[in-house]
Amino acid sequence: MTTASPPEFVKRPTPVRKANRAIDERFGTQAGLRRNLNKVFPDHWSFMIGEIALYSFIVLLLTGIYLTLFFDPSNTEVIYDGSYVPLKGVEMSRAYASTLDISFDTRAGLVFRQIHHWAALVFVASIVVHLFRVFFTGAFRKPRETNWLIGVGLLILAILEGFAGYSLPDDLLSGTGLRIAASIAQSIPIIGTWASFLVFNGEFPGENFLPRLYVIHILLVPGVLLALIGAHMGILWHQKHTDFPGPGKTEHNVVGHRVFPVFAVKSGGFFMMVFALLALLGGLAQINPIWMFGPYDPANVSSASQPDWYIGFLDGSTRLMPPWEFRGLGHTVPAVFWPTAVLPGILFTLLALYPFLEARFTGDTKSYNLLQRPREAPTRTALGAMSISFYLVLLISGGNDVIAKTFSISLNAMTWAGRIGLIIVPPIAYAITKKICLNLQAKDAEVEHHGIETGIIRQLPSGEFVEDHRPKPTPVPDHPQVPTDRFALPAANGHGDGHGKGLARRAGKAVSGFFVEEKETGPGGPSTPVGGGKH
Amino acid sequence: MTETSGTPSDTPSDTPSDPAPSAVATPAAATKRSARKRGPAARRRRRSSALVLALGLLATGVLWTVLAPGGNAAQTADANEAVRQGRALYLQGCSSCHGLGAQGAKDAPSLIGVGAAAVDFQVSTGRMPLAAPAAQADRKPPIYSATQIDQLAAYIASLGGGPEVPKVSDEAISDADLSHGGELYRANCAQCHQAVAQGAPLTYGKFAPSLSESTPVQIIEAMRTGPESMPVFGDRQLNEEDAVAVAAYVKHLNESASPGGFSLGKYGPVPEGLLAMLVGIGGLLVVCLWIGARQKV
Repeated sequence: MTTASPPEFVKRPTPVRKANRAIDERFGTQAGLRRNLNKVFPDHWSFMIGEIALYSFIVLLLTGIYLTLFFDPSNTEVIYDGSYVPLKGVEMSRAYASTLDISFDTRAGLVFRQIHHWAALVFVASIVVHLFRVFFTGAFRKPRETNWLIGVGLLILAILEGFAGYSLPDDLLSGTGLRIAASIAQSIPIIGTWASFLVFNGEFPGENFLPRLYVIHILLVPGVLLALIGAHMGILWHQKHTDFPGPGKTEHNVVGHRVFPVFAVKSGGFFMMVFALLALLGGLAQINPIWMFGPYDPANVSSASQPDWYIGFLDGSTRLMPPWEFRGLGHTVPAVFWPTAVLPGILFTLLALYPFLEARFTGDTKSYNLLQRPREAPTRTALGAMSISFYLVLLISGGNDVIAKTFSISLNAMTWAGRIGLIIVPPIAYAITKKICLNLQAKDAEVEHHGIETGIIRQLPSGEFVEDHRPKPTPVPDHPQVPTDRFALPAANGHGDGHGKGLARRAGKAVSGFFVEEKETGPGGPSTPVGGGKH
Repeated sequence: MTETSGTPSDTPSDTPSDPAPSAVATPAAATKRSARKRGPAARRRRRSSALVLALGLLATGVLWTVLAPGGNAAQTADANEAVRQGRALYLQGCSSCHGLGAQGAKDAPSLIGVGAAAVDFQVSTGRMPLAAPAAQADRKPPIYSATQIDQLAAYIASLGGGPEVPKVSDEAISDADLSHGGELYRANCAQCHQAVAQGAPLTYGKFAPSLSESTPVQIIEAMRTGPESMPVFGDRQLNEEDAVAVAAYVKHLNESASPGGFSLGKYGPVPEGLLAMLVGIGGLLVVCLWIGARQKV
């Protein structure tokens, strides 16, 4: 991409260059292309979590397209006559029969189904972990509140999309899930019955519900997801990525690698790895064996019927809720309304509003492009830990029957542990986390003012013992201001001190920017300026 | 059921052809009663039917003496021996809880009338003798040999009635209608034992056990006798063919390979979610760290 070539040396343009020039002459794309390919993205392992979500979404699209070629979303009852003998002659919907056919009579059908399902679980999980990263580093602060809102929308849509896909095969497990969903819709006061009729086109299970669900699953929600992912990344591109503070990093620059070639190669490789891991899971670990569950029949139910993990917290809240039914004013509000409709409404509203609430309560309305370490905002970090512990109690309670059976615990004991734990665990998590953050801050301040402990004890002439402290090293830039060939840099920035050859050691150093204190390099060189550049 | 208790009940069933006239007469008994008092004709008819009955009984007795002994006498002796041995085993291993006469006690039910099937189920699955009182007896390796279990069963059956140990041949299991068994399983069993027969908890430490080690005979015995919290599924709910089909379906669930790879305990979303967390997102975070570590040169 050199612009000035030596005058006497005329280079023959390659076909790519020719094509580029031809396009540029017509559409004027080259300037924009160059600007965007030269865009700089910062490096940190935690910035790649969102990429997992993007790549598993691509895997979901690819495998999903294959599955649509064979799946028949129809409620029509048929008599199964495929190759799975224990269901031969059983009456079932075409949806279930075609899922059996995908599993047993379609080339690579089962592995595609399994990759699709594993990718769905990982998709939602990576969104949640990405959300944790954004939350705990304060990346949601002004000017990025819009992207936070879009992200929350993506999370909710991903959960809906997953539930719709889980429900499509019309097996006993997913039918039970839909039955519960119908009950939740019916539990809403005043409009419940009509809401349920609207969703299911009449009484559950209805006769043409699956085609509706199919349209939602393969067209409507994925379309909105794609649009929102586009907006999410467009805003990210426009606002530029945040970065942790460090030498050479300011609120007004981005230090890292250009999109082309380093970032593109890194991300391309990471996509391959995500795909590979999902394919491994899909090929080696059986997921959702619908042939063992049997076709859905409203008269049947299996014990230990669970939804996929991302709905599990609602299952848990339902299991913990006491049977408090409100009757009066001509209406009945069943107990299931509170844990399954009100609770997620409150949780997701709080989640969406958090950036605005934090700005309101701290009075901080400035814009930030540099991230915080979790300890730098103890209250926020403690609130996050509190919310996660609340969520985990619900999630564990969602599987309390399987846990009770596996570990031979009384189910009633599990339920009561969940009820009590839901109330007392979150405040404890809050208090402990806040204390840890404050102590880490105190440690930081001590290192700042007194230097780093060396472990060398000296006896003064007066007889007093003192420990030597060495001053905190002056940080060496992690990146030079203008990215150049970074491989030529001296290994003196604390992330590669010449001794770190093992992968585990280097991985540990990569995490250190996130979690760990400045490190000693050992007694060999207490005066050399080494140690993590970040603080 | 042993021959000792079988002998007296077999006798009347051999003679239905002889007392047939009286059987025919019974529906009209109300009108007969008034006729009885009236004339000698009725009395004569009564006498002749009594004669027929006497002859019939005599013929049955003769036929029984001619046909019945031989092999049966030896079997009866064997059965008596089995009962004796079973009683000895019972007194040694069971009577401390169930009582010297199997009449039951505070913490142990009476065993009179539970039948051989209940004994075979409880002892062959190792649930009895109980290791320690708990919410529910758990499956463990059986203490008694198959012969001893038969002897115990013979003794308990000799105390009175109850379902016999079902006889299920391998052919019957392999010929059973799997899809019918599956439908019956999902309708009757899955709500406690879980769709893939892995078991699930009930209230207060009780549980529907996993059926992964259960033999077809044990499954049918459990249906017929209703151990612990399980309801009885009698002949009228699930006939023999149905019961064998359910047992065959459970056997299929236990023995069939999982075509999709590791079965993850067959519990569905809970272990799947755990794996997605640990290996799925956990593995990808490790990859993130790895790439992050490779970059910082």
